[in-house]
Amino acid sequence: MTITSAPSRRRPLSEPRTRLAHTLMAVGVLYFAVPLVWIVIAATKSQPDLLSTPALSFSTKFNLFSNLHDLFAEENGIYGRWLLNTALYAGGGAVGATVLSALAGYGLARFSFPGKQFFESALLGMVMVPATALVLPTYLLLSHLHLVDTVWAVILPSLLSPFGTYLVKVYVDESVPSELLEAARIDRAGEFRIFRQVALPMMRPAVVTVFLFSLVAIWNNYFLPLVMLSNERLYPLTVGLTNWFNTAQQAGGTRFLFNLVVTGSLVAILPLVVAFVLLQRFWQSGVSTGALK
Amino acid sequence: MSSTLRAPVEAAPPARPAAPAQARRRPSHQRRQSLAGVLFVLPFLVVVVVFLALPLGFALWLSLHTSSLALGDHFSGLDNYRQAFTDPVFLAGVRRVVLFGVVQIPVMLGIALAGALALDAISTRMATVYRFIAFMPYAVPAVIGALMWGFLYSKTFGPFAGVGKLLGGGPLDFFGGSLLLASLGNIVTWAWTGYNMIVLYAALQGVPREMYEAAVLDGASHVQIALRVKVPAIRQALSLAVIFTVIGTMQFFTEPSIMARFAPDIDAGYTPNLYAYAQAFRFSAFNYSAAISFTLGLVVFVISYAFVFVNRRRAARTP
Repeated sequence: MTITSAPSRRRPLSEPRTRLAHTLMAVGVLYFAVPLVWIVIAATKSQPDLLSTPALSFSTKFNLFSNLHDLFAEENGIYGRWLLNTALYAGGGAVGATVLSALAGYGLARFSFPGKQFFESALLGMVMVPATALVLPTYLLLSHLHLVDTVWAVILPSLLSPFGTYLVKVYVDESVPSELLEAARIDRAGEFRIFRQVALPMMRPAVVTVFLFSLVAIWNNYFLPLVMLSNERLYPLTVGLTNWFNTAQQAGGTRFLFNLVVTGSLVAILPLVVAFVLLQRFWQSGVSTGALK
Repeated sequence: MSSTLRAPVEAAPPARPAAPAQARRRPSHQRRQSLAGVLFVLPFLVVVVVFLALPLGFALWLSLHTSSLALGDHFSGLDNYRQAFTDPVFLAGVRRVVLFGVVQIPVMLGIALAGALALDAISTRMATVYRFIAFMPYAVPAVIGALMWGFLYSKTFGPFAGVGKLLGGGPLDFFGGSLLLASLGNIVTWAWTGYNMIVLYAALQGVPREMYEAAVLDGASHVQIALRVKVPAIRQALSLAVIFTVIGTMQFFTEPSIMARFAPDIDAGYTPNLYAYAQAFRFSAFNYSAAISFTLGLVVFVISYAFVFVNRRRAARTP
């Protein structure tokens, strides 16, 4: 009796409301998946097949492993180098940006100090400054300091994450009670220790979200490394693959490379997909905080 | 590690767990708290100064100067800005991006909102799968997204080439004429709809369910509830999505620069950001490039700040 009278949120599929919703989502998912299906199929094709067979069907020859082999052999394995560079830039930049955001967001939410009010309103303004409008001026600044065309020229500007700081601040405001921090203070714990042992564990969803989103932003960034780097061995995947693509295009696809660009693209996407799957639980609760404010 | 940033606590009176926290608040305590707060914020502040304030200041300085062989670097006031606002290539780029945004942003956010409402209505395990697949394009670099669509738009082997034939014409040319902007719009829509959908869905999940129950009692239909109760309830999240999309649109660079390889119509001045890049690296016109970057940044800043301001006032008026 109790089961039937309880308000059921899990309704059967046949109800018109959910049928419409399912149809809508199925169409959307088809749209989102098509290019991804294409790239998986395309990575199994040889160069001639890629440019002659229908885009969404497999060709008779399965060429994935040969493509992968060629990908990592081309130009003495420079693709592997690009992959490592990307991991270094994205990993280093994201860890740095997350640490700075976590510290600053916590500091803004749970302390009062002179200039805080000003800083908080300025933070919202910083979120509004378009990042790419900063890239060219930053380039000019760094070139005066002889820092362009180094690893630092990509990592250091990536540390700036006003939105990350904002997100952490909002999250701490809502879910780290100051009474708890006050209790830790009475127990004579130092402020940094309170941050690490009391606050940080409670801030985990926000911190993971900031980390993941910085990781994606840096991993996928094209404009910043394009501007900052001219040494091919320092390129991240996005700039390197674009370079290959341009060469292939100029050669009219007569040489090779198109299949390597495609296979290389697939390999470049996979690490982020894995990261999203593994950290799903955390970022989803983090996203909701960002959305609520 | 922890001891380096730890505030000294020796001066504190013996701990009395039962005493109210207020009793411990003395001036020195407050000063220490204040110092700790500053230390927490300081590293971020340094990065803000070096990589936000300084570049902006430097761009402003550059944009107000002109360098020439005869005079070297010299102050030229608003000359660079005057040049930009009478430069037909720059103005055409601005108009193109505005037109692009006026169509693409409502379409994308409309689909994202519909998707979020649909997800909210589905309580089965399938919802997780939908959510994940919709979110996937976000993980794909814009460079690779543009490349993938570039291949899919192909006249010879792309899956959409046949659509034109069905309509009685030749294969559709996605890389030229009136379809080019729509092709670019589709790439951006593909990449960002799922992301926005998840953000809006998360906001919907935060709306108290009692609000719907009241509407059901009043005899509202599901569609009425969606449009009159759910959508207004997530207005904050929607406006945030609008702002971020506007910021992104004004910076439009990666997709057109990749698509330029397929589409000859995309030249160096196709978007303002492409133009700024070309001015700096093709023509070494750094002062002019800085003026364009600065204008772009300022416009985005003013639009989004005004939007936030208006939205807040409206939110304050309606309880």
